[in-house]
Amino acid sequence: MAQAAAVAKQPAPPRRRRGSATPRKLPYLLIAPAGLLMLGFIAYPVISVFYYSLQNYNPTKPWRNGYAGFDNFVHAFTDDPQFWDTLTFSAKWVFVEVGLQLLFGLALALIVNQTFVGRAVGRALVFSPWAVSGVLTSAIWVLLYNSQTGVTRYLADVGIGQYGTSWLSDTSTVFPAAVVADLWRGVPFFAILILADLQSVSKDLYEAAEVDGASRFRQFLHITLPHLKDAIVLSTLLRAVWEFNNVDLLYTLTGGGPAGETTTLPLYIANTSVDAHNFGYASALTTVAFVILLFCSIVYLRLSKFGGGDK
Amino acid sequence: MITEDAMISAPEAPAPVADEPRQRPRSSRRAWDEVPRRQIYLPLSIYLLFTLIPFYWILLFALRPAGSTSLVPWPMTFEHFDKVWTERSFGTYFQNSVLIAVATLVMTTVVALAGGYALARFDFRIKRGFMLALLCSQFVPGALLLVPLFQIFAKLQMINSLGSVIIAETVFQLPLSMILISGFIRNVPYTLEEAAWVDGCNRFSSFRIVVLPLLRPGLIAVGSFAFVHAWNHFLFALMFLSDQSKQTIPVGLNTLMSSDSVDLGALAAGGIIAAVPVVIVFAFIQKWLITGFSAGAVKG
Repeated sequence: MAQAAAVAKQPAPPRRRRGSATPRKLPYLLIAPAGLLMLGFIAYPVISVFYYSLQNYNPTKPWRNGYAGFDNFVHAFTDDPQFWDTLTFSAKWVFVEVGLQLLFGLALALIVNQTFVGRAVGRALVFSPWAVSGVLTSAIWVLLYNSQTGVTRYLADVGIGQYGTSWLSDTSTVFPAAVVADLWRGVPFFAILILADLQSVSKDLYEAAEVDGASRFRQFLHITLPHLKDAIVLSTLLRAVWEFNNVDLLYTLTGGGPAGETTTLPLYIANTSVDAHNFGYASALTTVAFVILLFCSIVYLRLSKFGGGDK
Repeated sequence: MITEDAMISAPEAPAPVADEPRQRPRSSRRAWDEVPRRQIYLPLSIYLLFTLIPFYWILLFALRPAGSTSLVPWPMTFEHFDKVWTERSFGTYFQNSVLIAVATLVMTTVVALAGGYALARFDFRIKRGFMLALLCSQFVPGALLLVPLFQIFAKLQMINSLGSVIIAETVFQLPLSMILISGFIRNVPYTLEEAAWVDGCNRFSSFRIVVLPLLRPGLIAVGSFAFVHAWNHFLFALMFLSDQSKQTIPVGLNTLMSSDSVDLGALAAGGIIAAVPVVIVFAFIQKWLITGFSAGAVKG
């Protein structure tokens, strides 16, 4: 009897719980861990960067600490040539890397999208450097560029170049050398994304174009490229932000040298805060970097009319 | 039983033969698709040389004796591996890296699964704001937050503990993982869950029994990305872990590279140790990547 009563009564309370109490609290409960982690370890640090950007803050010079107003920003824009140098280098690095990675990634994706014998193996090999870390990439290219036993030695053996050349310590060769090392790892990213998008191009479009007598190049120009546009815009943007922010490779490959030749803005910021302990100034530079990234991203999305294309 | 099996499989066996004549006319009809072979193999081979020579180079240096200039790793030696594993404490680094990467994988997947489910299945007041915060956090570079993060971990007395790196890696993996997982969950029809409730499941058990198995490929992808990312990442470990016994493989590689006279054999062997887990994970998820690709092809 008691059991029967319990069974009979049960439907009511669960329905009330399902109807009101649980569902209203449940989503908040579910996002709470993620929300709290992101508040504590992303939002709070970001706010503290903004706060410190208006402060003189240097643990090694406590007597100068205090509110600084916009002094840090004024200093950066008016008399810190290193800020402009590193910002220019960052822009050059991002532009060259993203441009070349897109170019080679697109070409590779088009190639491995064809049907040919050994395609699966070809794809796997082409994509293989994708998961290699920045530090490991550096390690590999340090071995390749090494002046004693690197590729230059074997090139010199067959009469190309000179013995003892070190591409990473010469200011005229360090930029292309670093670019090639990062390309090696970066091209597969574009190749994978573009290949994934290429698979969704309708074959009928090509057949129709074929009937109309369009050349393969014109098919690429008028069918493939418009189809890929959104994927290209998004992947170049993500990659540009990533290339701007990422310091692993240059930090370990060149250390920003020789003679500061390959120091990006984030590397300069890291040096300012970690080595020079000038947290206030580093925070101001970080704020400037944020604003530049945000501004460039918005302008880029606007100019490329992202998502506006009618497929 | 046996005959039944044979009968079932018998009509299937000739199928590939029957398929071939069907495919042949299709490929000849698609003559426009026929790019000359050398336009494929020539650029592909050149690019593969560029991709594979660096891999060969590091293998060569890891396996040939110190001071050798031979272009084949023969006679083969494992002295560099011995040296780097014990003398350069890569054994310890390896343990730390595995611990960090596995913990990051577990934390990221569990937290992102909970949040992703909420985003996929509920409408709640701060949802739009939360989604926007997730997207914006993609622009926040971890590298530029090193100093405030360091201060936070110092306050929590977590400097020099692997926990700090695990938290930092998880936090920066979360936004994208959550967006991806909520997308995967949206692909599972809600009616499946509702059917399970009718059958007496509560929200949690229906999720576990009905939704979770269907999320497997997605979770494997998200989990492997988290693992590879945490395994590869360098800056947080460099900053938050100062004890040599706490450091990770990428930090160890950097130490090898930045010493005055770089021991190239040790560096190459260390690099291979760093690459092995990533290669294994990559081989493992390749299957899922390919199924993802073919699913996309079916849609198109």
